[in-house]
Amino acid sequence: MLSRTAENLFWLARYAERAGNTARGIAVAFRMAAISARLGDEGAEWRALLTASGGDAGFYRKYEAPTAEAAIHWLVFDPDNASSILACFEAARRNARSVRTALTVDMWEALNDSWNHLRNLAPDATEGENLIDFLGWVRERVTLFNGAANETMLRNEPWRFVHLGTMLERADNTARLLDVKHALFAPGVEGAVDYVQWQAVLRSVSAMRSYQWVYRERLSGRRIAELMILRPELPRSLAACHGAVADTLEAIGIGQGGRFGECHRIAGLLKAQLRYGRIEDVFAQGLHEFLTDMITRTAALGGEIEAFYIRH
Amino acid sequence: MRAEDGVRAAYAEIERWLRATPREQLDRKRREAELLFRRIGITFAVYGEGGDPERLIPFDIIPRIIAKSEWERLSGGLRQRVRALNAFLADVYGPQEILKAGRIPSALVLENEGFRKEMVGVTPPGGVYTHISGIDMVRTGPDEFYVLEDNCRTPSGVSYMLENREAMLRLFPRLFARHRIAPVSRYPEELLETLKAVAPARASENPTVAILTPGPYNSAYYEHCFLADEMGVEVVEGADLCVQDRVVYMRTTAGPKRVDVIYRRIDDEFLDPDAFRPDSLVGVPGLMEAYRAGNVALANAPGGGIADDKAIYPYVPEMVRFYLGEEPILQNVPTFLCEREEDRNYVLSNLDKLVVKLAKGSGGYGMLIGPHATKGQREEFHARILARPGDYIAQPTLALSTCPTVVEQGIAPRHVDLRPFVLSGKEIRIVPGGLTRVALKDGSLVVNSSQGGGTKDTWVLEDEGPGVMDGAMEGQVQTASIGC
Repeated sequence: MLSRTAENLFWLARYAERAGNTARGIAVAFRMAAISARLGDEGAEWRALLTASGGDAGFYRKYEAPTAEAAIHWLVFDPDNASSILACFEAARRNARSVRTALTVDMWEALNDSWNHLRNLAPDATEGENLIDFLGWVRERVTLFNGAANETMLRNEPWRFVHLGTMLERADNTARLLDVKHALFAPGVEGAVDYVQWQAVLRSVSAMRSYQWVYRERLSGRRIAELMILRPELPRSLAACHGAVADTLEAIGIGQGGRFGECHRIAGLLKAQLRYGRIEDVFAQGLHEFLTDMITRTAALGGEIEAFYIRH
Repeated sequence: MRAEDGVRAAYAEIERWLRATPREQLDRKRREAELLFRRIGITFAVYGEGGDPERLIPFDIIPRIIAKSEWERLSGGLRQRVRALNAFLADVYGPQEILKAGRIPSALVLENEGFRKEMVGVTPPGGVYTHISGIDMVRTGPDEFYVLEDNCRTPSGVSYMLENREAMLRLFPRLFARHRIAPVSRYPEELLETLKAVAPARASENPTVAILTPGPYNSAYYEHCFLADEMGVEVVEGADLCVQDRVVYMRTTAGPKRVDVIYRRIDDEFLDPDAFRPDSLVGVPGLMEAYRAGNVALANAPGGGIADDKAIYPYVPEMVRFYLGEEPILQNVPTFLCEREEDRNYVLSNLDKLVVKLAKGSGGYGMLIGPHATKGQREEFHARILARPGDYIAQPTLALSTCPTVVEQGIAPRHVDLRPFVLSGKEIRIVPGGLTRVALKDGSLVVNSSQGGGTKDTWVLEDEGPGVMDGAMEGQVQTASIGC
């Protein structure tokens, strides 16, 4: 396959996933801000989310304070924010358009219809109570796209690059979502407010029920961290995502008659560490330090994938 | 088509069908067709004019029909013409015998912008220059076809020939049961075989073919992808290719892969910044070096523009006689070159009867249709011709044929032209059909898609039949040129 095609497929999947993740992030912050407002520090949630989304320097160049209104505008609409929902759909569609024939009709329509809808969004679509509906719609559209890819793509190299993009982006996002609230999970932290916040974090990765199914006991910070980092059963856990990344890379390498490189090594190492790691060791290292390390290594893996398959 | 004097045989069936089909149903079919095109994404891109950049070319559901005997004569003429054009290109970039024999003025060729000095002494693989030619024709009467223009660079529109047929098959399957219509669907296969046939001698038995596109912002990008998809080859952009040791490779996920034949849909000037325009961002540095070394075939060959230049056009019949020793089967529209004093004087005193075009223009821009023009417009062209005579050519108006077309008021005759696609590899192949363009405005002669023209499916009948189909609208004028 052409390197450019691989690049477009990889990035269209990443951007589609990122749009959904930005929506998840906003939803958590929105819930938490409502809670924190009672405690008098509403801005803290938005500040934390802006940091987690990795574009806070750009935000502060344009806006004075992280008010809910400014943060939501930045994260949903702002073209200067490469991770804004609108920018993500635009970038996904642009990538898709360049490889139109490598996509199935269902995938294209899922993206194209979303983009057309977003272009003509009512001005109050993200105001007040509408915000939650809007964020739900974004998640639905991304789910639809992923479903279309999953159900309609031939299982050959193009599919693998799409899947690779989705999983790598998702791994990055779960690490970031958890890292924003890392202080919540430190041992010994417990209280009514934390309980609600834990629920919000779990909801952001659609894992409220999953927690109950896996642990069958009341919420604890430690277990939530374990679920989201190490449990392969949870589809958005780091272990699940990096497992899929490593397996997909392996499949591409085998498909090319055994062509492997640095990206395969890094991916294999991450997979093994998450598969055999223990949550005690994560906390011993420090949750924040561990997650920062994960985010850095995920980015490095993305760079190595591009170096090996795309920019050679 | 004039209903009162009866419809000629080949159209009889369509006429019956049209009469039996209520207007609402025709409208519904038309909407279905539009939806179909929108869904498959057959759009052509127009940037910089505002509005939706992804536009549909209007599709008319009434087919244009060509009788078997007529097609046979036409395709014979096309073969002959393209053979002569190829021979001309091989000659002007080689021994230049036609110039030495004085059959075409040397200066007209050698000082022409379309003449590429870079190609002198280069023999393309297989000796073929214009692998894909689009010859624009109009019909003026039974068995009477005129060539308006040859396109030897990167003619587009073939995807419409294929998709229009596909749409008709879906919308009106029963019509196809009642006619024996020559299929067009094997065009991509024939194109691929043509391209493989001109691969460099050292290429493997199954040469690697790629389509080189300027990218998604090109108006014909859809077509590039469509053809690549149909042929099962990659559509590449300049940045996907690289040249090492005068060999062209494309970047793939499994590493560099050698490319043997490039069907390029990029103009000469932008092909290779090292050889032509250094500011080209869509080209491939070193491509011409690889080409000259015989390591890659380019279709069409660079420099083909000298054969389809409007100032060279009047000499094509002469090429047929000179290279093939035959009389031309297809006629040329008589053309006056304003550069020549005698021609110019005639043109200036007959502006109300002539069509004046830019010698270098395309897309139907910058032309004067004398009989339809105002006095002011004619005076303006009078001055322009005097100022830059070399830029203009003029042609008489022809009684151009029409074809029934669905319009707001019902069904009415509209002017049509025809662009068949001629493939030259080891042999010449022509898929029976082509792109029929129709001027949707009443009385208009401009069929360009950029100027509100539409398209029709083109049926070449396989049955012997008395066959003419479209009527000539008397008093109507011609010769809007084409150039998608």
